Amino acid sequence: MSTIAVSASSAIGHTAAADTGAPVRIAVRDLNFYYGDFRSLKNISMDFYDRQVTALIGPSGCGKSTLLRTFNRIYSLYPEQRAEGQILLDGHNVLSHDLDVNELRARVGMVFQKPTPFPMSIYDNIAFGIRLYERLPKSELDGRVEEALRKAALWDEVKDKLRQSGMGLSGGQQQRLCIARTIAQRPEVILLDEPTSALDPISTGKIEDLIEQLRSEFTIVIVTHNMQQAARISQFTAFMYLGELVEFGPTTRMFMNPSKKQTQDYITGRFG
Amino acid sequence: MAEHIVSSYDADLQGLRQRIAEMGGIAEKMLVDASISLVRHDKPLARSVIASDSRLDLLQREVEENAVLTIARRQPLAVDLRETISAIRISGDVERIGDLAKNIAKRALAIGDDVKPQKIVVGLRHMIDLVMGQLKDVLDAYAQQDTAKAVDVWTRDGAIDALYTSLFRELLTYMMEDPRNISFCTHLLFCAKNIERIGDHTTNIAETVHYLVTGETLAIDRPKNDRSIDASVELGS
Repeated sequence: MSTIAVSASSAIGHTAAADTGAPVRIAVRDLNFYYGDFRSLKNISMDFYDRQVTALIGPSGCGKSTLLRTFNRIYSLYPEQRAEGQILLDGHNVLSHDLDVNELRARVGMVFQKPTPFPMSIYDNIAFGIRLYERLPKSELDGRVEEALRKAALWDEVKDKLRQSGMGLSGGQQQRLCIARTIAQRPEVILLDEPTSALDPISTGKIEDLIEQLRSEFTIVIVTHNMQQAARISQFTAFMYLGELVEFGPTTRMFMNPSKKQTQDYITGRFG
Repeated sequence: MAEHIVSSYDADLQGLRQRIAEMGGIAEKMLVDASISLVRHDKPLARSVIASDSRLDLLQREVEENAVLTIARRQPLAVDLRETISAIRISGDVERIGDLAKNIAKRALAIGDDVKPQKIVVGLRHMIDLVMGQLKDVLDAYAQQDTAKAVDVWTRDGAIDALYTSLFRELLTYMMEDPRNISFCTHLLFCAKNIERIGDHTTNIAETVHYLVTGETLAIDRPKNDRSIDASVELGS
């Protein structure tokens, strides 16, 4: 087998692009990320395709969640963290300081590992995000809340208790509520950071089913430790290790016949 | 290749490989013994070939069951998934090779001491030698994960097909010459067909080995030289 080498960015991008007709939605170029002096992402260059699910896999500490956190600049909440390079969302660099971070976060929604419902009603959990950016009449707001809950496959389960607290839902329902809250802002990109790792298999199945449905409208990037989940729900997979992008390509090839030994060893449970 | 973090996973895959190796050894011996029993009219040897088939069947069932369990327990990916699927495929092919060798042994018993023209037996023996070489090489290719050797087996099968066509014509001629030849010639024709089929199974295994090692499938069309379907013999004037 060939020795490990991190491919040049253009070659990695080209391999994946050849397999899809989808346009590039996010283009990452020469991205470096620092926690203080520690460089946790090293010259990452890759493309994320429109209305495709891209899975980021790799052992803990490889930088996949860090990469996800750069797309909506959520890291900027912490002063010692900084990113260098380019993340082009529809051609505009999201790392540019003249870009309104609130607008960015409305366009790039994020769902975390543990469900994070607000301590308010199910209805307000959804309406809260919408009210931040839009002033809508009540009837229209109601419609948006229902639309988001329907898209998150939660409407039938909560339509009769919209005024009850979101904290009273099951873990799986809470996570779908968080997805609904993200969808309600009508983002273009949805970032999912291990969204099912705290859920039981039934709830996980529902979220995976939901991701498949959401793909027709949104560009989705998901970080997961579950290889089978990445294989099931994504069209593209990127394997990262020690802050570097080792291999990126169509999911089928990545899980059946990866090019790099390091990728193969990781997905088959030989290291990590 | 590096070991799995879960060591019992390695043991599972190793168990599949060992069973396939045992199956290969049994099938090789069955084919050699069936050939000897046919040439030397050795009835006890033919019966021992027939008896060995049950062990092969049992091993194939074990490979299938263990491979299914491995898929359920480990959800193998990449080379591990290919190895598990390949074990199922190869065990199926080797089991069929055993069945065909058993059939040759049964026909050796049926032919008994009938006088057979040595020329035909020699032709059949030559065919068996070629197939034995194929079987040995493809089993080695599997054990050594040697895709070049597997492709070589895959390409070579055309020679066996050609020999089968030639034997087919020859046996047809003997049958037309003298109706008393029909009985043993028909048995020998089936034996030749069985050997040709064994060759086909070795090419199946070669394809599987290629897939196992490279993750890619070989071309659908393999070089073939079986022209028996077009063969006819005119009665001499």
